[in-house]
Amino acid sequence: MSIKLDSKVPEGELSQKWMNYRSKMPLVAPNNKRRIEIIVVGTGLAGASAAATLGELGYKVKCFTFHDSPRRAHSIAAQGGINAAKNYQNDGDSVYRLFYDTIKGGDYRSREANVHRLAEVSTDIIDQCVAQGVPFAREYGGLLANRSFGGVQVSRTFYARGQTGQQLLLGAYQALSRQIASGAVQMYNRHEMHDLVVIDGKARGIIVRNLLTGKLERFAAHCVVLASGGYGNVYYLSTNAMGSNVSASWRAVKRGALMANPCYTQIHPTCIPVSGDYQSKLTLMSESLRNDGRVWVPKEMSDVEAIRNGSLRPEDLPEEKRDYYLERRYPAFGNLVPRDVASRAAKAACDEGKGVNKSGLAVFLDFADAIERYGKSEALKNGIKNPDKATITKLGEGVVEAKYGNLFEMYEKITGENPYKTPMMIYPAVHYTMGGLWVDYNLETNVSGLFALGECNFSDHGANRLGASALMQGLADGYFVIPYTIGTFLSKEIRTPAISTDHPAFASAENETRARLEKLINIKGKQTVEAFHRKLGLIMWEYCGMSRNAEGLKKAKKLLQDLRAEYWSDVLVPGEIDEFNPELDKAFRVADFMELGEMMVEDALNREESCGGHFREEYQTEDGEALRRDDEFTYVAAWEWNDNTDSILHKEPLVFENVELKTRSYK
Amino acid sequence: MKLTLKIWRQKNNSTPGKFESYQVQANEHMSFLEMLDVLNQDLIESGKDPVAFEHDCREGICGACGVVIDGQPHGLLKGTTTCQLHMRFFKDGDTVTIEPFRAQGFPVIKDLVVDRSSFDRIIQAGGFISVNTGQAQDGNAIPVEKEDSDASMDAAACIGCGACVAACPNASAMLFTSAKVSHLALLPQGEVENEKRVANMVKQMDLEGFGNCSNTYACEAECPKEISVENIARLNRLYFKSSLASE
Ligand SMILES: Cc1cc2nc3c(=O)[nH]c(=O)nc-3n(C[C@H](O)[C@H](O)[C@H](O)COP(=O)(O)OP(=O)(O)OC[C@H]3O[C@@H](n4cnc5c(N)ncnc54)[C@H](O)[C@@H]3O)c2cc1C
Ligand code: SF4
Ligand code: FES
Repeated sequence: MSIKLDSKVPEGELSQKWMNYRSKMPLVAPNNKRRIEIIVVGTGLAGASAAATLGELGYKVKCFTFHDSPRRAHSIAAQGGINAAKNYQNDGDSVYRLFYDTIKGGDYRSREANVHRLAEVSTDIIDQCVAQGVPFAREYGGLLANRSFGGVQVSRTFYARGQTGQQLLLGAYQALSRQIASGAVQMYNRHEMHDLVVIDGKARGIIVRNLLTGKLERFAAHCVVLASGGYGNVYYLSTNAMGSNVSASWRAVKRGALMANPCYTQIHPTCIPVSGDYQSKLTLMSESLRNDGRVWVPKEMSDVEAIRNGSLRPEDLPEEKRDYYLERRYPAFGNLVPRDVASRAAKAACDEGKGVNKSGLAVFLDFADAIERYGKSEALKNGIKNPDKATITKLGEGVVEAKYGNLFEMYEKITGENPYKTPMMIYPAVHYTMGGLWVDYNLETNVSGLFALGECNFSDHGANRLGASALMQGLADGYFVIPYTIGTFLSKEIRTPAISTDHPAFASAENETRARLEKLINIKGKQTVEAFHRKLGLIMWEYCGMSRNAEGLKKAKKLLQDLRAEYWSDVLVPGEIDEFNPELDKAFRVADFMELGEMMVEDALNREESCGGHFREEYQTEDGEALRRDDEFTYVAAWEWNDNTDSILHKEPLVFENVELKTRSYK
Repeated sequence: MKLTLKIWRQKNNSTPGKFESYQVQANEHMSFLEMLDVLNQDLIESGKDPVAFEHDCREGICGACGVVIDGQPHGLLKGTTTCQLHMRFFKDGDTVTIEPFRAQGFPVIKDLVVDRSSFDRIIQAGGFISVNTGQAQDGNAIPVEKEDSDASMDAAACIGCGACVAACPNASAMLFTSAKVSHLALLPQGEVENEKRVANMVKQMDLEGFGNCSNTYACEAECPKEISVENIARLNRLYFKSSLASE
């Protein structure tokens, strides 16, 4: 198949593109909107905001989630915040600066025009959320508060305590609920998309499994919008919710959609380390902690060992015996370097043998200095002269508690250690996937009428995402982009009558889905789905994780092919198809993860450079920094699945007209 | 540690359920749900039906998890969801009883999984601010007193788990409903629709078969987000005002 990747980026000056394009975009008249049906898969920030807004506009929307309620989408777990170029702090922020930071943060592997649009609409998002009742943090004067995040030097992150994702999602969920109540959106909870139906080259429907009854059902519409989240769980252990999966996107890939840059995964530097092999998921400690926490490992091996065996408490190790390696290596950004840089530095420290827990896979994140600093300034504010150490500590802990109380509490619940008294232990973990379905400027995939929003597309973060920008992107896509760009497709469909589910394409997709489920459940092998998922995760983490090399990737490809064959001959799925069966739900998802894993490895092997989250050991500078190869790799790698051989690569060259490609430096 | 689990097993809503006993080998670092994972792996490998339970984020925020552990929704630890409960709070040889949240408004789907879609319908009845995308003014146009905004956030922290209903002798959904009413009522943006909102949400709550609130405060004690019963008082005041207005 020859596929031409047309990004459809409009002509004109960067800062005018979106405005001009929006003003000239074809519209769908209100009377036609009432007849046009749209399927939205997913109710995270992207899906809920899209479904609500499309409903408000008058379209007939059907919205699906595998969760028991739209409010449970994985977006709920986001902690730290959401960026917007409001410049409320008067610290020099602007749309351009947010655009530039995001392009640079993404290591020059994203599309200029998309990123600029994101920065433009970022300010509308905050306004919209405030109007919906999102209780963002405020200053005493009643105005909105901000904090800073990694990879930038301005304070542009809006937050709602440590529960920003929850509050933004509840805002979108409530807007969606209002449309459900008005009848504009029909909501299908506990319904999982199992296939995409394509008729005459256009996405016209989906096959879903009703998870309560296990029955397969058909749904038709004029177009399909996927907002099904990221695929970090291909690594088994990640900070994603247990149910997050790739299947909606992957089913689209199997119907011809391209997967772009699948190897770009974000490993988040501050997560609670693995504690044992029964571990089911990893917990993120928000990046905002790096505002005040200092990262270190001991300088001497003897101290590392003493800490590991418990004979030395880390808080007792004198200052001069600690290596604050981020501050040492990156004096300009210090503890606030971007995630990929911080993660690799932690790995480097542990590879040197400096890991501070029993498994040797942990570094410290220390708040003692922050507590002292805040304590002193509080004492000053309260007019306490010559405060003693205990007073300072008490006051300082109070400030730290106000900022990060819920995170500290979460840490203590999980580890049983008190982070006010002893430094936290952290280690990088898989967190976010920058790769995803290839989309053009309209957020439309290469399959006509199939759109992808939020984490499931690849569009805005290049090879590395900056903190607090996924929430921004999800809501930008859903509230402010798709409601317009969907018109480019639908304005040509106003004469298309309602699509019928009797079309043979529905019957064959349903039959294939049933056959796949029957095959899975009838294998009746010896190993559980969970056991396979863990094996898959280990391969991916070992060979396609924080650092990668050609030899390892080639090996991984073989291992993955063998594992997939083993899965389809030895997996043990209990129960029946036509019933509530969570093990079968998982079995379907893990099967798709396995294929995705192979494609990720192919992509990582092809990309012979280091950029953002993708670090190829063969391509690094003398002091171990990532070495990009712009001459050869300034492109989006969009992959076409091929059942019988390797995936097929299609390239979309990335053109930078406004930003000069530089080596990313945070030194 | 070795534990005996007494777990409520129920094939579906139309089949009666009963307790069954299981042995499981756990360790103190595991979470409660990881302990159930271990049990389920054993069950599947020995050809038995795994225990169905709901979960997703496993960090105490999505509200999906929630079972009654030894008589307490989400277990013994205050301010903690089931997924955040760790096994170091149990001892070798303990017997642990695990059952679903029970309420008329939460029919059992299977084993420990219940249907909480009634909560969605309560929100659909009015738990929102009527603003369309694009209608907003600048975010800083209306200052909101920090105290109000903090109090609103306290109420908005509800995760919709349903433990309050399970804890209540009347299976009332007042804490959940009042948390949403308060979250929105405390903000100038939400105030406009206060009376209509409270009337519609309470009406829906009654329609779903939730009981009346008789001020036992069991809900607050078991709520993993420690949502305060002050919200119920606020709901009652607003409800009173709205009923006066409609007369
Ligand atoms: C712990 C954590 C903290 C984070 N903190 C931040 C932060 O502070 N700031 C920030 O900007 N970003 C943060 N992120 C990233 C951000 O939360 C996510 O990228 C974002 O929320 C994804 O939103 P989404 O709408 O694309 O997908 P999701 O929220 O994952 O929603 C996916 C939806 O699709 C549905 N779905 C999926 N597959 C199917 C199917 N086959 N059939 C039917 N429905 C389906 C699901 O039910 C769900 O409703 C964080 C991520 C994690 C893991
Ligand atoms: S009020 Fe508390 S117990 Fe009730 S649903 Fe909300 S978080 Fe759960
Ligand atoms: S699994 Fe999400 S709150 Fe427990």
